[in-house]
Amino acid sequence: MTGVETKPNWYRLCYVDDLVPQSGVCALLERAGEEDQQIAVFYLPEEREQLFALGNYDPVGKAFVLSRGIVGDLQGHLVVASPLYKQHFDLRTGRCLEDQSISVPVYQVRLADDRVEICA
Amino acid sequence: MSVLKVVVVGNGMVGHHFVTTLAKKDLDVEIIVLGEEPRIAYDRVHLSEVFAGREASDLALASLDTYAELGITTRLGDPVVSLDRETKVVVTQSGARFNYDMLVLATGSYPFVPQVPGADHPRCLEYRTIEDLEAIKSAALGSKRGVVVGGGLLGLECANALQNLGLDTHVVEFAPGLMSVQLDAPGSQQLRTRIEGLGITVHTSKNTTNIKSVGSKSLRMEFADDSSLNTDLIVFSAGIRPRDELAKASDLVTGERGGIVINEHCITSDPSIYAIGECALHEGRVYGLVAPGYRMAETAADRIAGGSACFTGADMSTKLKLLGVDVGSIGDAHAQTVGAQVCALSDEQAGTYKKIVISSDGKKLLGAVLIGDCDNYDTLLQYQQNDIALPDTPVSLITPASGTPLLAANALPKTATICSCHNVTKGCIIDAIEAGCGSLADVKANTAASTGCGGCATMLKSLVDDELAARGVVIDKSICEHFPHTRQELFHIAKINSLQSFEDMITHAGTGKGCDICKPAIASIMASLWNDHILKPSLVSQQDTNDTFMANMQKDGTYSVVPRIPGGEITPEKLIVLGEVGKKYDLYTKITGAQRVDLFGAQLHQLPDIWRELTDAGFETGHAYGKALRTVKSCVGSTWCRYGVQDSVGMAILIESRYKGLRAPHKIKSAVSGCTRECAEAQSKDFGVIATENGWNLYVGGNGGMRPRHADLFATDLDDATLIRYIDRYLMFYVRTADRLQRTSTWLDSLEGGLDYLKEVVIDDSLGIAAELEEQMSHLVNTYQCEWKTALGDPEMLKRFRRFVNSDGNDKGVQFVRERGQKRPARDDERDDVIAVAS
Repeated sequence: MTGVETKPNWYRLCYVDDLVPQSGVCALLERAGEEDQQIAVFYLPEEREQLFALGNYDPVGKAFVLSRGIVGDLQGHLVVASPLYKQHFDLRTGRCLEDQSISVPVYQVRLADDRVEICA
Repeated sequence: MSVLKVVVVGNGMVGHHFVTTLAKKDLDVEIIVLGEEPRIAYDRVHLSEVFAGREASDLALASLDTYAELGITTRLGDPVVSLDRETKVVVTQSGARFNYDMLVLATGSYPFVPQVPGADHPRCLEYRTIEDLEAIKSAALGSKRGVVVGGGLLGLECANALQNLGLDTHVVEFAPGLMSVQLDAPGSQQLRTRIEGLGITVHTSKNTTNIKSVGSKSLRMEFADDSSLNTDLIVFSAGIRPRDELAKASDLVTGERGGIVINEHCITSDPSIYAIGECALHEGRVYGLVAPGYRMAETAADRIAGGSACFTGADMSTKLKLLGVDVGSIGDAHAQTVGAQVCALSDEQAGTYKKIVISSDGKKLLGAVLIGDCDNYDTLLQYQQNDIALPDTPVSLITPASGTPLLAANALPKTATICSCHNVTKGCIIDAIEAGCGSLADVKANTAASTGCGGCATMLKSLVDDELAARGVVIDKSICEHFPHTRQELFHIAKINSLQSFEDMITHAGTGKGCDICKPAIASIMASLWNDHILKPSLVSQQDTNDTFMANMQKDGTYSVVPRIPGGEITPEKLIVLGEVGKKYDLYTKITGAQRVDLFGAQLHQLPDIWRELTDAGFETGHAYGKALRTVKSCVGSTWCRYGVQDSVGMAILIESRYKGLRAPHKIKSAVSGCTRECAEAQSKDFGVIATENGWNLYVGGNGGMRPRHADLFATDLDDATLIRYIDRYLMFYVRTADRLQRTSTWLDSLEGGLDYLKEVVIDDSLGIAAELEEQMSHLVNTYQCEWKTALGDPEMLKRFRRFVNSDGNDKGVQFVRERGQKRPARDDERDDVIAVAS
């Protein structure tokens, strides 16, 4: 997150049909001149935000897997559990519930008609 | 009464602990924090993790917002430069003046740099602050070698940091050994061996006399013994010196070798001024560890709030991981107590060294040194701190053969420290329970016990369980926060009410949205009851990733594929198909312990293609990913073997074909042996069958793995039909009544009435449910489908098998290297750096 500051932009990521309710999928954020980034997009239609986006990289298990975790709530936080070692990451803040010093990136994400857009 | 004005100089870990402790007290107080560093207090202890990829900002212990919420005024990046005790005023560098009623000096320390010519060279650095880290990082760019001066605790931490930066790392120590304060000579030697094994070069008994510039970016260190060492940068980490200049300038009493003298209340020679942490000198001693600093902070906060706390010195026992090596030091590690006796065990092969120091009468533990294995640290610390009488043969405390003789929680006195991070005693925990804490989570939230390093978790749990049980409290057996029920209860709720989805279950019997504990548990119950396809839309979000993708996730996020090979019997043609598929998709191929073939390294999008080829060749899914029947292993039996008395392969195939796909609380394994020689190892299985002259003997509740258990003989000389009937009932009874993730072995052990009761239920039908159990099993057998075959025919289900939903791009996170002719996941040090992109 260091380096030259660039103004965040909205990017089209995928279609709403690509999403799985109550679960996650992985989408690739491709931007000219930047490394591709794996984004885990979670679709919880009954929540106010409906969509949540985290970095797909699990810093504990050290693999790109968070989109494949189980979604739920714990102690009032909406979370995804890493499929590798089961740490829980807050869908709203990216914080790891088991270790407050660990977190994953969180992205703003929105629905524009049938498109999912991400701010990065 | 006017508001008490407390000014705190310094915002390190101890200063931070002080202000948060004081702010939470019920006291009318104005707190002003003045810090030299530009950022709010951070975790200096874990500084080296910044080199291992952690963000510096992640180390922060608080934020300005949290300080503001606590009513604390904070001024950072502006050090206090003068102190007038007469008028009770401090002045910062920028000229800001602050009056105080009470002043707390938490100015910390600075790294000691020996007075060596050349030590002021710009490539000679220090290691204490985040700014120091930035300087080390930029100096390391383009450098090959880095030297740490100092082989103590901090020095080795720093060596770890340099190695993480990719430097050829050397440690130069003045003393003859590493960590000479905490370790004895053999312990120090063992540590050295381990560290050198990691590629770090250690130089001891080296007195640096000169540091010369060689060219623009290199240095040469010259030592008193005429040897020398070339390097690109040097980091000094050879101990600390208290920051006492402010105290000296204002004539507070300081020690000869530095440090602000304090009494047991942490008050300096001026009754309005406290000093805490590394700047303070207590009974001739400066404490360079964080825990004693915290105790001082608590003492000072308590006194200011009108309490009577005392700081009586602190235990310097330490347990830590240095460069991945466990190191522990307790009490009198050097056996300096008169008459002390020593027991030591050195295992050069395992790279461990353990020593205990015992009082002359052999009754008390005085100290200990542990290298390479700190499992016994907590127990030894309890013995030493609480003067607990040692066993008759104290050496048993460190011998591996006897196992760790854990000190039971109920043997400890109330004064025993359970959690040393937060200084929580057994007494505190009992008080918390007396005051109404009714669960482990309550106790943790209330006392902070076990919320630091977590090393005391096991002991805390057993203490809390014991204390609650002693009070007649029923231990909460809810599977998670969403359902106040056991798995067995949930099974009955689902069955009686015909609930068919997770949503139905949570509406009917739970709260919230569910989690990774209850969702798969209920998915498994649904499967055992109704046997729908696991990728049915209403079920898909409840499955663990292995069930969702019908493959086993490996450490790098790729999957392994295990086709079913019933009984371990396979035709050459099918074996060739496995080989061809493995070759085509470049899969790592291994024979499993269960007579199957495992194909590793498949990516999500490859799974359907792989399975299409496998199902075309007649393979079915092996359910290696599910909590389900895995495999029925067999020996070759009477068909070929000279000793076999029954066709064990035929029976194994019959059993495996019958129960394949059966979802259960945990995985189920089985085996069939063709004679009493038991080559299929059936007695280590959840259920095992061994041939006799007259039929089959059935064994139940066996297990290999972590807690091996020999299966119990359940029934003898059964004919085929009776054998299957008993297995039907046994398995279904287990599926209904076991806890989540409880194997048959522990289920049987926990079953009230044990084996005899199980025989009554299964053989004598004492509960009158045998017909129902059989009927339910036959429903499951009749509704079996190969999950992969069904999925391949359903484009909606296959939609999930995409690496990325919006791109066919490669997953750069998945990287392989080749070893012994096959691929395997790349280790961290073999990977291209794609992680940085992700974080």
